[in-house]
Amino acid sequence: MTDIPLAHVLILSSLLFTIGFVGVVVRKNTLFMLMSLEVMLNAVGVAFIGAGSVWQEADGQIMFMLILTLAAAEVAVGLALLIRMQRRYRTLDIDVLSKMKG
Amino acid sequence: MSLFASIEGLFYLAALIAVIASLKVVTGKNTVHALLYLVISLLAVAVCFYLMGAPFAAGLEVIVYAGAILVLFVFAVMMFGLGVDETMHAPQSKGLSLWFGPMLLAALLLIELVFVIDNSELKLQLSNKMVDAKQVGILLYGPYLLAVEIASFLLLAGLVAGYHYAKPEHQGRRL
Repeated sequence: MTDIPLAHVLILSSLLFTIGFVGVVVRKNTLFMLMSLEVMLNAVGVAFIGAGSVWQEADGQIMFMLILTLAAAEVAVGLALLIRMQRRYRTLDIDVLSKMKG
Repeated sequence: MSLFASIEGLFYLAALIAVIASLKVVTGKNTVHALLYLVISLLAVAVCFYLMGAPFAAGLEVIVYAGAILVLFVFAVMMFGLGVDETMHAPQSKGLSLWFGPMLLAALLLIELVFVIDNSELKLQLSNKMVDAKQVGILLYGPYLLAVEIASFLLLAGLVAGYHYAKPEHQGRRL
């Protein structure tokens, strides 16, 4: 059993998640949206590690590693798309993409 | 033991730093400064992981998140050529004031880490509840083997997609 109560870890996690979510919704710059997504993924990692440390199991850390993998792949694809967007529209404003046709 | 010298106190301090740095990331105007704050936020979360008894995850957080993923961001920002834009519109050299925020938060984290490493009583308390890398490794290559394989597929997909989207367009052929 750890000294840090699980409730406080979860509060930290939800705080970080909310900050990231607000960032994704409010910001118009796609680069900042990607960074806020990182903050959100990180918040989920905090929740997993906290739960894993309360029950003294390694499963939480394994889930965190899977999230890490997901974040790495997401950033690679996301930044490549941003580079493509910058090249074509000369801006990173998300509103430019509202005219995108399928 | 006083609140600051306990693991909880240190955890709350690191958590506070993480929240402040994340707020600065979301509200920032300058991309590079926001990236600096993001690094601080990730380092603070790594300290939280260490204090929660997950040193392996803390190391991974520093190496993979703050090391690799943030470097990817920095490379992308350099490719976007935001540097030119900044030099035209940014006010002339405000000295060290721009460095102050990230430096202060990073220094707080450093003091905290040195304190934990230096204090033998805290170290003993931490080592009692650690889930070390060995347990993680045994689980990872035991029950979670399939998840590891799937994660490697995901990384391969990310690699291929990143290469495909970022390569220069050919004439007359879009995407």
